[in-house]
Amino acid sequence: MELNFTAAELAFREEVRSFIAERYPPELRARQDAGVDPIRLDLDKEDYLRWHRIVAQRGWVAPAWPVEYGGTGWTPTQRHIWAEEQGRARTVPIVGFSVNLVGPIIYTFGTPAQKAYFLPRILSGEHWWCQGYSEPGAGSDLASLQTRAVRQGDHYVVNGQKTWTTLAQHADWGFFLVRTDPAAARKQEGISFLLIDMKSPGVTVRPIITLDGAHEINEVWLQDVKVPVGNRVHEENKGWTCAKVLLAHERSNIAMVQRSKSALLGLRRMAARIVEGGRTLAEDPAFRRKLTEIEVELMALEFTELRMLSAENAGKGPGAQASLLKIRGTEIQQRLSELALEAAGSHGAVRLNRFVGLSGFEQQVPEAVGIVDSYLNGRKTSIFGGSNEIQRNILAKMVLGL
Amino acid sequence: MDFEYTSEQQMLRESIARYLGDRYRFAERQAMVRSAAGWRPQIWQELGEQLGILGAPFSEALGGLGGGAVESMIVMEEFGRVLAIEPWLDTIVIGGGLLRRWDHARARELIGLIIAGQLRCAFAYPEPHARFDLTDVATTAVASGAGWRIDGFKDGVAGAPFATHLLVTARHAGGRRDPRGVAVYLVPRDGAGVALREYPTVDGSRAADVRFEAASAELIGDADAGIDALEAAVDEGVAALCAEAVGVLRCLLADTLRYAKERRQFGAPIAANQVLQHRMVDMYIALEQAVSMTCMATMMLARPAAERRRAVSAAKVQVGKAARLVGQGAVQIHGAMGMTDDLAVSHYFRRATLIESQLGSVDHHCARLEQDIPA
Repeated sequence: MELNFTAAELAFREEVRSFIAERYPPELRARQDAGVDPIRLDLDKEDYLRWHRIVAQRGWVAPAWPVEYGGTGWTPTQRHIWAEEQGRARTVPIVGFSVNLVGPIIYTFGTPAQKAYFLPRILSGEHWWCQGYSEPGAGSDLASLQTRAVRQGDHYVVNGQKTWTTLAQHADWGFFLVRTDPAAARKQEGISFLLIDMKSPGVTVRPIITLDGAHEINEVWLQDVKVPVGNRVHEENKGWTCAKVLLAHERSNIAMVQRSKSALLGLRRMAARIVEGGRTLAEDPAFRRKLTEIEVELMALEFTELRMLSAENAGKGPGAQASLLKIRGTEIQQRLSELALEAAGSHGAVRLNRFVGLSGFEQQVPEAVGIVDSYLNGRKTSIFGGSNEIQRNILAKMVLGL
Repeated sequence: MDFEYTSEQQMLRESIARYLGDRYRFAERQAMVRSAAGWRPQIWQELGEQLGILGAPFSEALGGLGGGAVESMIVMEEFGRVLAIEPWLDTIVIGGGLLRRWDHARARELIGLIIAGQLRCAFAYPEPHARFDLTDVATTAVASGAGWRIDGFKDGVAGAPFATHLLVTARHAGGRRDPRGVAVYLVPRDGAGVALREYPTVDGSRAADVRFEAASAELIGDADAGIDALEAAVDEGVAALCAEAVGVLRCLLADTLRYAKERRQFGAPIAANQVLQHRMVDMYIALEQAVSMTCMATMMLARPAAERRRAVSAAKVQVGKAARLVGQGAVQIHGAMGMTDDLAVSHYFRRATLIESQLGSVDHHCARLEQDIPA
């Protein structure tokens, strides 16, 4: 047992740190410092792509991919270090739906032509992907989806509605689960996986404004959209297999420990600036205890992630345990944003406003900028990617055998 | 960064697990704790002679097997699984920890006796007014001839009835709560001026209130060095206790899962109810994090004091909370069966409950973390 990174791993971490320090765009950093939160995804498309392209040039955009398709061949520990250092530096995230979600499906199930065309364009950032899974009637129960694809010669005709589609307004392509066999015995068996050009006639993207005022998610309407059969991944009616593979894939940084550590640091700075009754909030025993408790919870998550990583290094693959990281990671993120809101008190009511400038309170306590919107937006984390209740179902079934 | 055991550590784990599986079955354990003596001295003898593991965490130079805190973690987790009441924590970890830090021929001699199974300790630090504070010591030590004379009162000294010697904290100088002036003394349990009032504890073990009246004692370490060595040894004890908790909690969860799958109500196993599934998942999550924090704290024991303190206290907070959540959940999901003395689960719950506050409660260790973080 050894807690320290090896000399080689430390050298690698140094390399990653200096890369980020030297290459992260200063104008992006400036905007983030002014309260734009990359996790809220309220940057412009170009902001994401700028960093994506810089990382792609370095060859680090898809570390977990097989080397032949552009992966790095890193160990799980190296992948972890890379993810953690990005979190520590609060970089904008790499466009995840492209790299982490559709990429692995294409290299696992795609045809040689699909791999040759799509994979390089994912790496370069030329194609921005969105995920067409959820529907108004199919959320946690995804397999009950109704969007219909009917084969007509060398193409499918697709009709239906997808929803909660993150950043579809930026997307060049979308990967969709559609029903190709409504008569299948099990609802999971009649589903196919299609790649759809978002510029195809009949595709309409409509914004959904969330409670924090952001345009992050969308409805996607599909009306008689023609999709070439060559854009189907894997066999017809085998789409569920593709979707399931994702669940076991690339869980690195799902816990977002470093981002939460940064948030806790900001929270401590904030508590030291806010005064009530002649003492700072940081000196208030009740608030202090809350900070102590969340710090311990964050440590417990950090070392649980490292322990799982160590098991993965030792050849014991990651399993459903990743659900634990998702549950605890999001619970802690939400707790931290709750505490920030508690700290700000009624001053925390200010909507992040990019036009009028900062409130008087925000000028005194810069860490408080945008906290209420981050709190509101952050409710999503226990809902998306399989709600935390679904994650508990997964753990109950796959790990505890219930 | 590596949380895996070496093959030697794996072998240690297997051999102790095999031995305990054979010699510490639940029914036998219950017969033992209900007997007049309350324990079986030959078990400790066998651990020393037959398994030869009492030296596992000591260096080879001291006559040990060359291991360290990880070896104690392995043993304590296995002890937790069978609810062993053996004095590993007080003797090997705290006693051994104090002696290892004392560079003296007598220390090496005493370690030799520990490894041979002839010296068994109970850590006599608690006083009625002091709770978990190691510095708040009213028991006094006065130099007397070649040795020391101890006067005072300790209450709730866990395992004292099974010990050959007590490790007593006492003050020879300084005012109340002054860390300087507190040191640790070795007192033969059956010596003159040592009076024990023994009683059972709810986890099947025994404790005692101990009154010292001019008891002869031997100083361990330097009288004026302060409590750094004591604090370090107790931190090692806390980490070992966390490991015992992990063993206890693993059994609580495993028993609960098994019971929930077997027990049928409304025509189905109660495990089919989502509300129970999610509660068991939360027990699993708490346990997994307790395991991680225990490994982390164990590996951090050799770090500088500030890092060690933070790691150990954080681990005890996590483990204390997990002990409550898993323990209470296990009893609840067993229903009325969980309330019975017959079922092992109630005994694991009792041990988990005592571990919550042993060597410092959740609140105590939160406060200790806060001492080290400037507001």
